[in-house]
Amino acid sequence: MTEISVPELSLVVLVGVSGSGKSTFAARHFAPTQVVSSDFCRGLVSDDENDQTATPEAFELLHHIVGIRLRRGLLTVVDATNVQWEARKKLIELARSHDVLADAIVLDVPEEVARARNAGRPDRAFGPHVITRQRKELRRSLGKISKDGFRRVHVLRGEEIDEVAIAYEKAWTDRTHLTGPFDIIGDVHGCRAELESLLVKLGWKVGPDGAAHPEGRTAVFVGDLVDRGPDTPGVLRLVMNMVEAGTALCVAGNHEQKLVRALDGRKVRVAHGLERSLEQLAAEPEEFRAAARTFMDGLISHYRLDGGRLVVAHAGLKEAYQGRASGRVRAFALYGDTTGETDEYGLPVRYPWANDYRGRAMVVYGHTPVPEPEWVNNTICLDTGVVFGGRLTALRYPERELVSVPAEKVWYEPARPLAAATPARDPGVLDIGDVDGTRFVETRSGGRIRIAEENSRAALEIMSRFAVDPRWLVYLPPTMAPPETSALEGYLEHPAEAFDEFARAGVTRVVCEEKHMGSRAIAVLARTPEAAARRFGVADGTTGSVYTRTGRPFFDEHVPELVDRLREAAAPLWEALETDWVVLDCELLPWSAKAEGLIRDQYASVGAAARVALPEAVAALEMAAGRGLDVGALLDRTRRRAHNAARFRDAYARYCWPVSGLDGVRLAPFQVLACEGRATAVEEPHEWHLKTLGLMDSPLVTPTRHVFVSLDSPEEREAAVAWWTALTEAGGEGMVVKPAAHQKGRVQPGVKVRGREYLRIIYGPDYTESLDVLQRRFTGRKRSLALREHALGLEALTRLAEGEPLWRIHEAVFAVLALESEPVDPRL
Amino acid sequence: MLLTISTTLRPATDLGFLLHKHPGRVQEFEQSFGMARVFYPEAGEDRCTAALLLEVDPVRLARSRGSSSPDFSLGQYVNDRPYAASSLLASALADVFRTARTGRCASRQDLADGPIPLEICLPALPCRGGADLAHRLFGPLGWEVRAEAVPLDPGFPEWGESRYVRLALRGNVRLADALNHLYVLLPVLDDAKHYWLAGDEVDKLVRAGGGWLAAHPDKGLITRRYLGRRWALTRIAFARLAELGDDVEETLDPPVEEEPGAEPSASTAPAGEERVPLNTLRREAVVAALEEIGARTVLDLGCGSGQLLSALLAKPAFAKVAGMDVSARALALAGRRLRTDRMPDAKRARLELFQGSLTYTDARLAGYDAAVLMEVVEHVDPPRLSALERVVFGTARPAHVIVTTPNVEHNVRYELLAGARRHPDHRFEWSRAEFARWVAGVCETYGYAADLRPVGEDDPEVGPPTQMAVFSRREERP
Repeated sequence: MTEISVPELSLVVLVGVSGSGKSTFAARHFAPTQVVSSDFCRGLVSDDENDQTATPEAFELLHHIVGIRLRRGLLTVVDATNVQWEARKKLIELARSHDVLADAIVLDVPEEVARARNAGRPDRAFGPHVITRQRKELRRSLGKISKDGFRRVHVLRGEEIDEVAIAYEKAWTDRTHLTGPFDIIGDVHGCRAELESLLVKLGWKVGPDGAAHPEGRTAVFVGDLVDRGPDTPGVLRLVMNMVEAGTALCVAGNHEQKLVRALDGRKVRVAHGLERSLEQLAAEPEEFRAAARTFMDGLISHYRLDGGRLVVAHAGLKEAYQGRASGRVRAFALYGDTTGETDEYGLPVRYPWANDYRGRAMVVYGHTPVPEPEWVNNTICLDTGVVFGGRLTALRYPERELVSVPAEKVWYEPARPLAAATPARDPGVLDIGDVDGTRFVETRSGGRIRIAEENSRAALEIMSRFAVDPRWLVYLPPTMAPPETSALEGYLEHPAEAFDEFARAGVTRVVCEEKHMGSRAIAVLARTPEAAARRFGVADGTTGSVYTRTGRPFFDEHVPELVDRLREAAAPLWEALETDWVVLDCELLPWSAKAEGLIRDQYASVGAAARVALPEAVAALEMAAGRGLDVGALLDRTRRRAHNAARFRDAYARYCWPVSGLDGVRLAPFQVLACEGRATAVEEPHEWHLKTLGLMDSPLVTPTRHVFVSLDSPEEREAAVAWWTALTEAGGEGMVVKPAAHQKGRVQPGVKVRGREYLRIIYGPDYTESLDVLQRRFTGRKRSLALREHALGLEALTRLAEGEPLWRIHEAVFAVLALESEPVDPRL
Repeated sequence: MLLTISTTLRPATDLGFLLHKHPGRVQEFEQSFGMARVFYPEAGEDRCTAALLLEVDPVRLARSRGSSSPDFSLGQYVNDRPYAASSLLASALADVFRTARTGRCASRQDLADGPIPLEICLPALPCRGGADLAHRLFGPLGWEVRAEAVPLDPGFPEWGESRYVRLALRGNVRLADALNHLYVLLPVLDDAKHYWLAGDEVDKLVRAGGGWLAAHPDKGLITRRYLGRRWALTRIAFARLAELGDDVEETLDPPVEEEPGAEPSASTAPAGEERVPLNTLRREAVVAALEEIGARTVLDLGCGSGQLLSALLAKPAFAKVAGMDVSARALALAGRRLRTDRMPDAKRARLELFQGSLTYTDARLAGYDAAVLMEVVEHVDPPRLSALERVVFGTARPAHVIVTTPNVEHNVRYELLAGARRHPDHRFEWSRAEFARWVAGVCETYGYAADLRPVGEDDPEVGPPTQMAVFSRREERP
């Protein structure tokens, strides 16, 4: 049986006359969605698959579909006759423009067979001369089709057509099945001694014939092993042995490329240290030279590793080129992006592609010597110029840890002084592409989360017009769901349902935290202006921000004072957490401090109207009753409503008190969201948070009362219910029940159980009269939203703690705000 | 919500005939939004009072309307509809006293045709514009008006008055007219975002206002407010974010029009000469500057409702005109003002409108001859200005940038409270020196040269009302 193979990602062009069996062949070997047929496209644009006048537009559509599929990295099969050179050329160009390879499969069937097949199909009305013409064109093509530019042309004849099997070739660059851990090593340039020291420092056992790591780590070299340094052959020998033994991978560098050309006797300008390699290699035995040449010539442009999460290329690689194959992909990987200009030293000016990088994969590269490796948008350059007297640097993956050894001496004078490869992106600059339109945000704890365009738009306006500086806006709190509606008479919400829910989810211990009725506040505090500049990139001397759940600042003119007082209060945390910045989740009291406008406009107005209208209604009804009219039930109800209205008024008034400046303002922190190097919201249990926050001692700070409950203890549950009842009857808003420690999976991070009186503010003064209706409420959407926003919030904190760039943090924070504009019942 | 109608007609119980409601009964009238009841607290020879009590249950109302209703917000449950005399009461009144409103009364037609002594009382009437407006609207119709403001919350005297008044009307008025006055004027005084609006409002106004509205001195205001309720651009997503942040949505409205009524008070123009409004002067100055530098493609950053875009489109020399605003609502207003839906293709092809933000770099901003920031920078928080500069001067880098902004020194020529800004959304207003300093800083950082010009009358003491800078790029890259 014949077997042909095509690349996993490629454009497969079927070639054959009408009636040669292309569609049958395609259906047998490929998924229906992989096959784009000209007949089908003709039908789409004309309602008639045989309408030849629609052919130009049908092909326009076909090319469009093929283009989109290739851009998205999908194998695509074109089912059209493709007997003409022009038709094939267009497809090859399309493949090239997406940096994928194209294979042709020619079905060469005798003319009689094709003609007989077409005769059996009444819809193929064209005469036999058409097939004769196509046949002639195919004949002519077969002679020179190999020059068209296909990677391979598979010609199938006779029985082969029915019997052939198709295999898929993995791309050379595809090493996604290797998961490391890796030690990725920067440009060595013949510095063998430093390479050996670095390997030893990384824990490798280095011997005369190679090196191995006791923990089975794999080394990945970013290329440019050769030139300039003192021992290019020594480096090559070591790396070749490691690659041979399977303990290392190596991608091609531009210096290897040029050295191979020089060894092949091609005309190259011998400069930039090439002369040293040639000299050193000349002293080696011919056998080694040949082996080295073969090794270097066989190096490929880049590798995709660890499920596609890691890409290693000598000069870096933009996302559209990762896993692709073409001349320009190789050129980019070897030489990087250049602007086409040269600088004052005559060297090409590099285009800072990393600044625009938005890819999901981490890109590790070298090529351009930099004084200090720096993360730019999930990319890092490891070339720290060892041969110029700098250092040799390695990145441990997935640990993201940098390890380096200094150069033993300056082995080669640099043509220009070392400078950062990419002008560091201004930390204050965000691009509209970071937030605009329908987006998918990848989160570690909640998968991929979709943000609809309409929601992004609302968020863009709020974010742009009202939010604090995005450098401070490192987190927005997620929404929180209530429990299932209570089965208890007279209650809409009750702790019992919250406890049951968590017990069902396998949670054994929860914390019940008092819910302060105020405004949610996120406090971002830096110990010093220097810490603010270092961690948040804010260099104007400000040291923090306190903002609302939509990112607006509290008390415009008092922000600096509030921040200062909070920093003072947070002083014990600096040492306890070994950090010089901290992000706290808090409630700011009183509610009226921020919401006075809303309270007056919305709540107090309702209270005022009720206060004056209902007593007059009661009076009128009493007079009517006095006249003997039957208004008894109505009178009772109206009296009850007057009573409800008074309780409603008391409910909101309890959360209002006058403040002047910051006098009267209190802050109740309940979680340490993040600090240096740690997303504590993910890592630490609530007991730790409450204890740590207990260190804050200031009249400004109000503690959060709480009780821990073992869900398997009926006594503890009962005590917590009693605690909640006392709390809410004394006017408290209610409590939040949370798993005692961060819980993986689809478990609510917290559930709020609100008190009966407080709920009047939410459902209206008379809600207690309509409990039967309200009990039919649906919490599903709210709960799903809470989980998605929680995942985004944790993602933002993790990105912050890991030192990711601003746009990555902002992406997740912005997504929380956008999701908050989703239409979910705001009373839940 | 309660409405009482009393008369001292003798016998006063004739009110029952006129209203077609028997004083000895309690009658119920089911409304789509609740239950209306009519009963008589008193029914004597000397004095008779009919009460219309409307019970609205917002919970049931919201539930029956489902989650797709446009007012899917907190205000749907917690609102004043169960207590205040709003448009809901007006429509219940129209329904319950349908016949009385037409002035027909078979048994007492003479009484129905003439004025009778009436007292009407509304304990909680929402009245945007305060008690004065109630006087202005009911006074000319023959009523003696007593309107007392209701305090917002006696426990918080510092919060002042609520938007409600207790309204008592007394006068000799034909009953049908009195009912029609209430029917039209209650929603006019309320002037709220209307929650439950019927379709044929113009016809209703014409019918109910027949005979008295045409002669009313405030008929313009009445008509505008009555029909104005129909106009509502629903912005659910935006409203939700406002609520979430404990903000009142209206306070976050985009600043689409500058200087609402804040034109100079002390007119220095010679008597008889009509003053050109400042926004016209400014627009003309910007257009003139664009013509002077020969820009053919112009980007209006923060285009608001599209006044400048409209002026630019009128001149074919501007081959491409783009408007960007961060507010989706402003863009919708601009689209409406420019009538994009009926614009000829050739003109439409010159125009582009898109949402974007000045604090995010954006590839769509590149490639224009000139960018205009007309009355925009002062709406940006000072800490975010550097981001704006980076986006406009650093990344988009058009050959020319025109910036206009208020001159704060000129504010003394306006009727403004001391320290107040010209627009509530202004985050700052610059003096001439401050503006010049900012302009110089931008030029230095981004490689531009600038020319400062006054817009409007250049007052010898305090300078012009508006200041303008015309930036020109000096070099490709700073």
